[in-house]
Amino acid sequence: MSHSNRTLQLDKERRLLHFLTIDGLGKEILTEILDTSEGFTGVSERTIKKVPLCRGKVVANLFFENSTRTRTTFELAAKRLSADVLNLNIGASAASKGETLLDTLHNLEAMHVDMFIVRHASSGAAHFIAQHADRGVGVINAGDGRHAHPTQAMLDMFTIRRHKGEFVGLRVAIVGDILHSRVARSQILALNTLGVSEVRVVAPRTLLPSDARSLGVHVYHDMEEGVRDVDVIIMLRLQKERMQGTLLPSEHEYFSLFGLTERRLALADSEAIVMHPGPINRGVEMDSMVADGAHSVILQQVSYGIAIRMAVISMVIGTQNLHMQEIAG
Amino acid sequence: MSNSKILMDTEAVESLVDIMAGKIWTLLNEREISNPLMIGIRTGGVWLAEMLHRELGLEESLGTLDISFYRDDFTRIGMNPEVHPSDLPIPVDDRHIILIDDVLHTGRTIRAALNEIFDYGRPASIILATLVDRSGRELPIQPDIIALHPELEQDQHITLIGPDPLGLVIGSKTNRNSRGDEQGKDA
Repeated sequence: MSHSNRTLQLDKERRLLHFLTIDGLGKEILTEILDTSEGFTGVSERTIKKVPLCRGKVVANLFFENSTRTRTTFELAAKRLSADVLNLNIGASAASKGETLLDTLHNLEAMHVDMFIVRHASSGAAHFIAQHADRGVGVINAGDGRHAHPTQAMLDMFTIRRHKGEFVGLRVAIVGDILHSRVARSQILALNTLGVSEVRVVAPRTLLPSDARSLGVHVYHDMEEGVRDVDVIIMLRLQKERMQGTLLPSEHEYFSLFGLTERRLALADSEAIVMHPGPINRGVEMDSMVADGAHSVILQQVSYGIAIRMAVISMVIGTQNLHMQEIAG
Repeated sequence: MSNSKILMDTEAVESLVDIMAGKIWTLLNEREISNPLMIGIRTGGVWLAEMLHRELGLEESLGTLDISFYRDDFTRIGMNPEVHPSDLPIPVDDRHIILIDDVLHTGRTIRAALNEIFDYGRPASIILATLVDRSGRELPIQPDIIALHPELEQDQHITLIGPDPLGLVIGSKTNRNSRGDEQGKDA
């Protein structure tokens, strides 16, 4: 899988053609994404919050699954690059999915869209679109099923690097529903690729994949043990619908076992940062005191998300442009 | 880079910087400008601006510009893999600006820099000072201050290397690879 992911996402000179998953991407390209994002961080503080890099390009936000925050930050990122943005909220239709997806795709291509940003409830949807898109059209995965959410992982890496400087030597704990989380999967891949010393996952047995250790993580079922001495704590959002099944007893009990409280935070390194992809369920994943406390970098994650998405959009559009030039001779 | 040779060593470059500083001083006095904001264009322009800023004893902190996001050849060469954030320490509105670059060639870098500055605000004026002014202009952009005006063949290039030691290198044109490693040198 890693190999096919690499060939779909990178060209022969290792430039980004699509951004679908962290899997198959090396440290070099992930670092290039982080470095490029660094250049974009200042744009939001200017009088004119725009750069002209992608002027005349059309970016389509293709959201088959609702997500206000992710869609908004992608939209803002594309607009700050001076691209035109189409927002399409397409509820997953009952019709044969492959056909619907391709029909939608070809209709938009007829409108000369240069990029698709895809959010879909089915794993592999963004890959499918990348494989079938016209030449010169880039695809970014904004979350597919349980599979991947690479821009979220990269904005988390950016937040960590901004606060900790380097990845080497860091201990990172990811807490919560690892089993259903595309965010966790992408984070684990990115953390290991960038060379942190230790990735821990902390979760009840019912919310861990059976092959968790094969992801290159240390598994903890006890919150106190899991966060002890770590430099970074990443809390995952608990999907409310999981509560209705048999996977979890109750919100109250989940919080008492795995919620991040000030007492538990005190077990981590004294300079530890607390992250969350949002939106937070206060009193379920973490105490309000922690979410709003001095260790929390949750709102910075949102700001950095725009810079990361500007970097990825411009890198992909840049590479696709180059290829079209080469074809044109 | 093939067939390159050193045109000027550090000492010679430093004396050119002294000349630039003197000319900037005179022009600021003529125009009765006090408290200007000096901005260097990455990478060579920043090295020079640091020296000039010190020499002129300017009060405001030095600004730096990375014009990667304003280049007109993005669609041809893609993203510069080594982009840095621009950093302007104070608002540019109503401010007199001294813009510093190493080599003025086509004028495209300066076009990009001017556009970027105007995205920060509306300056009162901009003075352009470059170490080298060479032939090959493609846009109507002229410097206010230059230190050196060499006669070059069209296929020759001149580059400021540095920062330690500084030097001016002259040679025949390098082949730019598609990742744009020579970006910023076609000023």
